[in-house]
Amino acid sequence: MAPMPEPVLRLLDAALVGELTVIDRSGRPVTYPLIPLWDGEKVYLTSSTLFSRKLEHIRTDARVSLSITDPVAVGGATDRATIQGDARVIEEDPHGGWERLLPIWEKKEPSIVYFLKARVALPLFFERALIEITPRRVLYWADGDAAVAPVVAMLAEEAA
Amino acid sequence: MRSTPEIDARTGLEKLATYPYQVATWIDETGYPLSVAVEARIDPVAGTARFVAPAGLAIPTANDISLTGSHIRPQPGYGYDERRHVTVWGPALVEDGIVAVRGTSAWGWDEAEVPFFEYSERSVGKSRRYFDALSAERGTPVKPRLSFGFLTLRSTRLPFLTATLVPVVLGIVIAARQGSFDLVAALLTIVGACLVHLGLNVSNDVFDTLQGADDANVTPTQFSGGSRVIQYGLVSLRQMAALSTLFYVLAGLIGLGLLAMRGSTALLVIGIVGIIVSLGYTAPPLKFVYRGLGEIAVALGFGPFMLVGAYVVQTRGALSWEPFAASIPVALLVALILYVNEIPDRRGDAHAGKRTLPVRFSRGAVIAGYNLAAGAAYVALVVAVVVGLLPVPALLMLLTIPLALQVSRGLEPNYDNPYGLMAVMGVNVKLHLLAGLALLAGYAVALVAGAVAPGVDLFIG
Repeated sequence: MAPMPEPVLRLLDAALVGELTVIDRSGRPVTYPLIPLWDGEKVYLTSSTLFSRKLEHIRTDARVSLSITDPVAVGGATDRATIQGDARVIEEDPHGGWERLLPIWEKKEPSIVYFLKARVALPLFFERALIEITPRRVLYWADGDAAVAPVVAMLAEEAA
Repeated sequence: MRSTPEIDARTGLEKLATYPYQVATWIDETGYPLSVAVEARIDPVAGTARFVAPAGLAIPTANDISLTGSHIRPQPGYGYDERRHVTVWGPALVEDGIVAVRGTSAWGWDEAEVPFFEYSERSVGKSRRYFDALSAERGTPVKPRLSFGFLTLRSTRLPFLTATLVPVVLGIVIAARQGSFDLVAALLTIVGACLVHLGLNVSNDVFDTLQGADDANVTPTQFSGGSRVIQYGLVSLRQMAALSTLFYVLAGLIGLGLLAMRGSTALLVIGIVGIIVSLGYTAPPLKFVYRGLGEIAVALGFGPFMLVGAYVVQTRGALSWEPFAASIPVALLVALILYVNEIPDRRGDAHAGKRTLPVRFSRGAVIAGYNLAAGAAYVALVVAVVVGLLPVPALLMLLTIPLALQVSRGLEPNYDNPYGLMAVMGVNVKLHLLAGLALLAGYAVALVAGAVAPGVDLFIG
C-alpha cells in the first residue's frame, strides 16, 4: 500500500474531529463527527454502543470516507482532505478492546483518561467498538478551496 | 422513546445556515462516499441550498446527496465542548456550475439543546440492541460490564448510606449519653439499618423498572433517576430482585438477633413497620412514592424509625422524647433530599404515573415547600433545645443554615435544568450529612462535658 501523503498525515494528527461518512441501507450517505486516530498505518475511530447505528451501516457496506475539513479542529490549518477506504468493525471486547488506542486518543482529548477512571458515571459510553479504516484513495485540497480540483492519491486498489 | 434526533428539513436548513461552511457528501462513481467542504447559500424558506460545483468532481443527480455542518470548540489540554452537527439530505440539480440541493430530510444534535447526558440516555435502547445483536451473532450473552467495585457502588447506591448512618449513630449516641451503650448491639444496629437501606435502594430500582418510571426518565443524574443498572443491562431485573431480597433477609436476621439480645416490644414494632414502609416505598400495593407520600415515608423511615429504633436497641425498649425530638430535623432534611431529587425526574415520573410532589405541584409551590420544610427543621431544633429536650450544643446544626439557603437559591434558576440542578442536589445531600454531624458534634460535647464536669447541665430548664 502506498504511504499516506505527508500533508494528510499532519491533518490526521492534528484533527480533533473529522466527518465519518457511511452508507445506510437505502444507499444514502450518513455523516458522523468523530475523533480520528491514526496509528501509522490505518485510521481508527471509536463508537460507543450508545451510538451504534453507524456500526450497523458499516457491517452492511464497508465503504466509508473520512473528511477533515474544520480549520478550528486542526489548529487553524486551512488545507482539507477526504480519505476513502474500507472499514471494519472490531468488537471482540467492547468493554476494553478499544483502550489500546487510548494513548493516541489522550493526545487529542486529555480529559478522556479522567472520564475513563469515572466510567461508573456513564458506563455505556465506555462500551465501544473500533472502526478500522484501510485507506484506499485520498483527495487533498492544499488551500481548502473546492473551486480547485483536489490532488488525488491512490493508496490501495478497491476492495474486491 | 425517540433516540434519533430527526428534525424537519426546514429546521435542518436553518441550522445548516449557521455554519461557516458545509460538507457536501455523495456516493461517487466507485460507490464510496465522497465529501467536499463548500460554502452554500441556504434559503430555508425556499428549502434549498446552493453552492458552486466542486472542481474535478461529478455530483450525482440521481440520488440524494447531503450537506453537513459540524462544530466543535477545542479546549487545549482538556478536550472540547460546544458540539453540534446537522445534516440535510435531498436531491441535487447541477446547472451552470451551481449545485442546488432541495432539502427533504434532516437530523442533527446540538448539546446546547439536548445535553450530552440526556442524548446518551435517550440512546440506551440502541446500546441494548447492539449487545442483543452481538449476543445472537456469537451465540453467547455479551453484556456491558463494570468492575465489581463500581457495579456494587452503582447498583446499591452505596454513598446514600449516610442517610442511614446519621440517624442511627445519633440514636446510639443519645442513648449513650443517657448511660445505655452496648457496642455489639450498636454495630449490629448499624449493619442491620444499612442492609434495610440497601434493600430499599435495590428494590426501588426493581419496582420503578417494573412500573416504567426508570425507563421513562431520560434525565437521570448521579442523585436521581435510580441506579440505571437494569436499564443499562449491567444487572438483570431478576438479579436485582434477588439482591434486594438478600439485603432484607440479612436485615431481618440481624433484627431478630437484636430482638433476642435486647428484646423490646418497641423494637419489634419499629422493625416490622420500618421494613413495611421501606418495601412499600415503591412496591405495590402501597407504593407510597407513587401516591405523593414518598417524603413522609422517607421522613419516618430515616427519621424516627432509624433514630428511635437505634435508641431503643441500646435502652432495651425504654423510650423518651429526646431521640424523637432529635429525629425531627433529621427526618425533615432527609425527606428534602428525596424532594429535591424528584424535581429533575418529574417529567418521566408523570409519564409513568409516579405522582410525586414535584409532579403534583407548581414550581413556585415546590420551592416554597422546600423553604418551609427546611425552615421547620431548624425551628424544630431550636424549640427542642429551648424546651430542654436537646442539649444546647445541638444548636451547632444552625451552622448549616447557609447550605439550606444555597439549595433554596439554587432551585429557581435550575428548576428546568436537571444537570444544573446536580450541584444543588449535591449541596442538599451535604446539608443533611453536615446537619447530622453537627448534631453528633453537639452530643459529643455533651458527652465529654458529662464526663469531665458532671455538674454542668447542657440542657435548658
